[in-house]
Amino acid sequence: MNKSSRSVMTFSGGIHPVGDGKDLTNKLAVRTAPLLERYFVLLAENSGKPPVPVVKKGDKVSKYQLIAQADGFVSANLHAPTSGVVGGIVEVPGPMGIPSQAVEILADGEDRGDPPFEPIYNWENIDPEILKKRVIEAGLVGMGGASFPTHVKLAPPPGKKIDTLILNGAECEPYLTADHRLMFEKPEKVARGAAIFGRILGVRRPCIGVEINKGDAIEALEKFEDRYGISVVPLQVRYPQGSEKQLISAITKRAVRSGGLPMDAGCVVQNVGTAAALSDAVIKGIPLVERIVTVTGDVVVSPGNWKLKLGTPAIEAVKFAGGVTEEPGKLIFGGPMMGFAQKSFDVPIAKNTSGILLLPTRLAVNYEASGCIRCGRCVQGCPMHLMPCLLSTAIEADRMDLAYQNHVMDCMECGSCAYVCPDHRPLVQNIRRAKAELRKELANKGK
Amino acid sequence: MENIKLPTGKKLVLSSSPHLSTGANLRTIMGGVLLALLPAVAASTWFFGFRALLVIVYTVFCCVAAEALWCWAVGKAVWRTVGDLSAALTGVLLALCLPVSVPLYVPPIGAILAIWLGKQVYGGLGNNPFNPALVARVGLLIALPAAMTLWTPSRGMVVSDYPGRTEFFNGADAVTCATPLGVVGTTPKVMGKDQAAANNFHKVEDREFLKRCFWGDRAGCLGETSVFALLLGYVILVALNLINWRVPLFFIGSVAIFTGIVHYFLPGVTPSPLFHILNGGLFLGAVFMATDMVTSPITGAGCVVFAVGCGVMTSVIRIWGNYPEGVSFAILFMNALVPLIDRWCGHRPFGYVPKRRKEESAE
Repeated sequence: MNKSSRSVMTFSGGIHPVGDGKDLTNKLAVRTAPLLERYFVLLAENSGKPPVPVVKKGDKVSKYQLIAQADGFVSANLHAPTSGVVGGIVEVPGPMGIPSQAVEILADGEDRGDPPFEPIYNWENIDPEILKKRVIEAGLVGMGGASFPTHVKLAPPPGKKIDTLILNGAECEPYLTADHRLMFEKPEKVARGAAIFGRILGVRRPCIGVEINKGDAIEALEKFEDRYGISVVPLQVRYPQGSEKQLISAITKRAVRSGGLPMDAGCVVQNVGTAAALSDAVIKGIPLVERIVTVTGDVVVSPGNWKLKLGTPAIEAVKFAGGVTEEPGKLIFGGPMMGFAQKSFDVPIAKNTSGILLLPTRLAVNYEASGCIRCGRCVQGCPMHLMPCLLSTAIEADRMDLAYQNHVMDCMECGSCAYVCPDHRPLVQNIRRAKAELRKELANKGK
Repeated sequence: MENIKLPTGKKLVLSSSPHLSTGANLRTIMGGVLLALLPAVAASTWFFGFRALLVIVYTVFCCVAAEALWCWAVGKAVWRTVGDLSAALTGVLLALCLPVSVPLYVPPIGAILAIWLGKQVYGGLGNNPFNPALVARVGLLIALPAAMTLWTPSRGMVVSDYPGRTEFFNGADAVTCATPLGVVGTTPKVMGKDQAAANNFHKVEDREFLKRCFWGDRAGCLGETSVFALLLGYVILVALNLINWRVPLFFIGSVAIFTGIVHYFLPGVTPSPLFHILNGGLFLGAVFMATDMVTSPITGAGCVVFAVGCGVMTSVIRIWGNYPEGVSFAILFMNALVPLIDRWCGHRPFGYVPKRRKEESAE
C-alpha cells in the first residue's frame, strides 16, 4: 500500500479547538524525573473496586513489589514505584475532589528492585491465556483517562466476537503530548504492545489510529508495521477523535449501538500508553509503576513531558517544570476538555494522569450565562448527534423525563458543546447532573 | 532550584470540564451580524440619501433605549443586556424595514413593539418565538399603513426614465410612488388578467429594470432594495458561521420554483420568478430575518423545512393575498411552527437503534 496516499479518516460532528497548546511540548523529549523522598500511591485510582493493601507501616518494599492486591474482577494490582519503607496508609487529596487512601512510600534513594515476572520472549507463539494473566499481574489499566482495568476489556463475554483491535493514539485533547512523544520515541514498544494485544484477542492486524498532527509519530510507527503485523491509520485532527465510539466509527465505519460497549461492534480499543506498558510487562517483566505526563500550561516556566512515578504529587511535577510565572487559576489533571480541576497541588498522579495542566487566572473565570440563543453550534459539534442546548434547557426546568427521552444518557461529556457555546452555558455540568439523577432513579426502579 | 516560584494553590478555581472555550460570545455574534448589515446600510444611504442613515441611527437609538428602559424597570442588568448588542441589531433590522420618508413618531412605536412585545415579554433574548423586528414591522404595517407605505423614489428613479415608469408612479407627483410589487399586486385585480400581462408584466420583466432591482435602484424599504448588498451580507454571514446557509438558499429557491410554476401555467396571474426574487423584501427577509438563530430551527433538516415553508407562504401571499408583500407574514407564520419542526427534525443519536429493530436484534 502506498503509505502517503492513505485516506485520512474521521467521524461526524466534533470540533476544532483553536490554539491547541500542543506546540508547547510536542518537540520536547520525555525526561525522567529525579527521585523524590516520598510518594503517595493512590489506591482508588482505577475504575471499579480499589485494591486491598498488602503492606503495612514500616514494611520494607523493593521497587516493583506488589503493595495492593486487586479486589475482584474489576480491580487492578498496584506496585511500589521505588524501593523504600512504607510510611503508612494515609489519606491524601484525591484527583476526584474527595480525600483518597494512598500508600505512602518513603524512598530509600536506591530505586532498586528486580523485575517480579518472568520475561516472555516467545509471546508470538505462547498461549494467550499466559499473556492475559500477565496483564492482570502487572496491574494494567486504561491510561487514556478512564483507567478501566485492561483485562476486563480482554475478556469478551461468550458469544461476542472481537474482530478489530484499535490502539488509540489520537490524543485529541489540546495541550497533551504524552502519547505523541511515546509513539515517536518508543514506536517499537507501542507496536509490540499492539501485537501482543492482538495475540490475546486473536485479532489479526491491529490498527493504531493517530491524528495527522503527529506526522513524526506516524512515520516512526510505520517502520514497524510489517515487523509486528500492525497498520497505522492516519486520522483527521478533530476533537473528540480519541473517544472510543468516534474512533471506531472513523476507522471501521461501524456505530456502537446506543448504550453499548465497543465489544458490541466487535471492537476493542486500547490506549497506546497501555500497549507500551504491556510490552514492558511481557518483555521486561515489570509492572506499571510509572507513566509519561505532560506538565504544561502557559504559566509553567518550562513545560515538558516527564516520566513520573505513580504517586508523584502535582507540586513536585510543577517543580520539575521550573515552577510557574504567575499563580495559576486552575490545576487540571488530564486535558482541558475532559480533565478534572483540582483544588490542591498535593494531589498525586495516578495511572491515568496524562497531563498536569495549569491555566492562568484569566481562563479560570466562571461565566454567567444569560440564555440560549439557539445558535445550534452545540448541535453541530456534538459527536453523539445529541441536541445539548435543548437537553440543558429541559434540565434547567427540572424536566429530567424530557432529557431522558432525548437521549441524555448517550452523552459522554466530551465538552464539545460547552466549548463552542457563545453564551458559556454550563451544558456539560447540567447533563452530568441529569445523568447522575437519572442513574439513581433507574437503580431505584431496578430494585 | 531555590529561586523557582511554586504555586500555592490559593487561587485554584474548581469547575466542571471543559476548561476551554472559543472566544465567541453573544456580543461577537450580534456584532458579526451587524457587520454583515453594513453593505445594506451603505446601499440604502446611497439610494435614498442621507435621511436613510438618520432613520437607521434614530431607530437603533429607540430600540436600545426601549431595551434599557425595560431592563431598568424590571431590575435586569441594564449594561449587560444592552451590551450584547441584540437590541442594536433589532434596531438596524427594523430600520431597514421602514421607508425612508417614515414619520419620526413611527420608530419609537416600532421599538416598543419590537423590544417589549416582540422580545422582553417572553423573557428576553433567546425566549422570543417571533423575530422582534418583524413583529414590529407587521404591527406598524397594520396599525399605520399610510406611514409605512409612504414610498419615495430612489436615486436613479428620479433622474432617469425607464420603461413602465409612468405606470409605476404618478408622474406628476415626484415625492411618492408605488413599489413594483405593489403595482403588480394590484394590476391583475384592476385590469383583468390578460390585459395585466400584456400591459405591465412585460415591463417589469425588462432586463434593464431587473438590473436596477439587483443593484437596488427602486422604491421600497430602506434595506430591501439592494439585492447586491444583501448578497454581500449573506457571504459575510456564512463566512463567519453566523447563519445556517441553507435558509436563504431554500427560501429564495422555493419562491423561484413556486412562482415559476404559477407563471408558466397562469402567465396572467404573476410575472416571472426573476421579478419575484429581485423585488420586495425577499432577500432582506431570507438573509437576515428568517436566519435569526433564536426563531429558526436548530438542525439543518429543520432549517430546510422552515425555509421552504417560508418560500411557499411568501409566494402564496404575493400572488393571491391581499397584501402585495408576504415575506414578513410568511416568516412569522413559520416562526410559530419552529418548535414543531425542531421536534420532527431532531437528530437521531449516534448508534441509536429504533425500538422495534432493537427487539429484533435481541432475538
